[in-house]
Amino acid sequence: MKNKFIENFAKGVFLTSAIMSIIAILLMCVFIFAGGIPFIKEYGFKNFLLGTEWKPSDYPPSFGILPMILGSVYVTLGAIIIGVPIGLLTAIYLAKFSDKKIYRFLKPGINLMAGIPSIVYGFFALVVIVPFIRDMFGGTGMNIITASLLLGIMILPTVISMSEAAIRAVPNSYYEGSIALGATHEKAIFSVVVPAAKSGIISSIILAIGRAIGETMAVILVAGNQARMPAGLTKGVRTLTTNIVIEMAYAAEQHREALIATAAVLFIFILIINGVFLVVKRRANN
Amino acid sequence: MTNKDKIIIRNMNLYYGDFKALNNINMNIKEKKITAIIGPSGCGKSTLLKSLNRMNDLIEGLKIEGEILLDGENIYKEDFDVNLLRKRVGMVFQRPNPFPMSIYDNIAYGPRLHGIRDKKKLDEIVERSLRLAAIWDEVKDNLKKNALRISGGQQQRICIARALAIEPEVLLMDEPTSALDPISTAKIEELIQELKKNYTIVIVTHNMQQAARVSDYTAFMLRGELVEYGETEQIFSVPKDQRTEDYITGRFG
Repeated sequence: MKNKFIENFAKGVFLTSAIMSIIAILLMCVFIFAGGIPFIKEYGFKNFLLGTEWKPSDYPPSFGILPMILGSVYVTLGAIIIGVPIGLLTAIYLAKFSDKKIYRFLKPGINLMAGIPSIVYGFFALVVIVPFIRDMFGGTGMNIITASLLLGIMILPTVISMSEAAIRAVPNSYYEGSIALGATHEKAIFSVVVPAAKSGIISSIILAIGRAIGETMAVILVAGNQARMPAGLTKGVRTLTTNIVIEMAYAAEQHREALIATAAVLFIFILIINGVFLVVKRRANN
Repeated sequence: MTNKDKIIIRNMNLYYGDFKALNNINMNIKEKKITAIIGPSGCGKSTLLKSLNRMNDLIEGLKIEGEILLDGENIYKEDFDVNLLRKRVGMVFQRPNPFPMSIYDNIAYGPRLHGIRDKKKLDEIVERSLRLAAIWDEVKDNLKKNALRISGGQQQRICIARALAIEPEVLLMDEPTSALDPISTAKIEELIQELKKNYTIVIVTHNMQQAARVSDYTAFMLRGELVEYGETEQIFSVPKDQRTEDYITGRFG
């Protein structure tokens, strides 16, 4: 009798905890979409998403977020181009080439990378990458390339840790089978082991995209933040996230709603990325 | 029929760290014959087999003394090309281990590795290898199918075909039927008989009936030593060593 009570009580505690997190995410959805959708309706879906001008203080104001959508897409793409090859090769090295001594040194380093606050990354980029880019390409040094480099570094731990785990999970029998056919160590790894870890590697890239597109505080320091259509790799951009942070403090009324709607668009991006992640994972499990 | 020695093992010792796993092995393996290595678990039979294509190199802390000659050349000498060795001495593992790719790509993997790119040539090799492994009729309409989606017995024959595709001279088989059902086992035994016309085969098995059924020569190992080695008929009818007799009559092991 008493045991039964304790069991039910414990069950209730667990259920409440689980419901709390679900409630949090539901509330977020409600707040973002309830705040954003009326504005999008009023301003026009097309005008909002495809508008190329963001001038909230003009009369009449314009709230086109295409510059920011493109800004986010460009810096994320740049981050992937820079971060994925380095991250993947590092993961392969850690899983299949490094000796124990180097591994014991590298692995905690990569774990540490994941724990560094993003503003610290941003500050590093501001004092190291920005001057470097300024010297190379002229201008302010705050542009798409700088932001991409920074984000490329920031997604490394995600790509490395998940890809390494995926590569380690490949049965050794594949490797042995390849070696037994006369393959070299490198050949066996690149032609059999890494392809066998494909879905895990793709998952790591998708999560890295999510991380890059959502990053705010680091990007704000080095991207230039000009709210205009991206004009080139060496020109400044503003992303969806930084757009919100920069203007939220003083925005009011329609301007404020437009920023919430921006958040809604970002939210949908993240939902799509997570959806793709789930599909890839499910396909891998079959 | 030749009666040439394909592989000669001379005064071979093998250590895992401090543990001596093989003790003074001397053995001549005949060309185009089937040699079975039998013995209880842990006697070193798989270790000996894996020394023949140097798969043991992958194990850390392993040390080998003595010589293994393939066509008279020591495969453990310093400048011996290990990858070429493994092309000449193919291997089939205990558990079928096809790669997670199509049947076609599995078979073409070895030839591609060794530089064959021509699609027509590859098609020919794939068909010939699958026919040799007696599985062509079962998979010819499904060459694009993932090799992990066929039965275990079929997978093992795919692995045999994959090993044959690079035209090895010697085929090592490490308990190739231990993970298979009796029907698949019978098919593979039949196949092994067929293959001996062109290949030197060394098969490790803990199934004595299998050794008696398929092999020409049998080696009996115990605790890292080669106790007795001779023609299969003799080993199973009039073993010279008491320990061999005890083992094959089922008194231990």
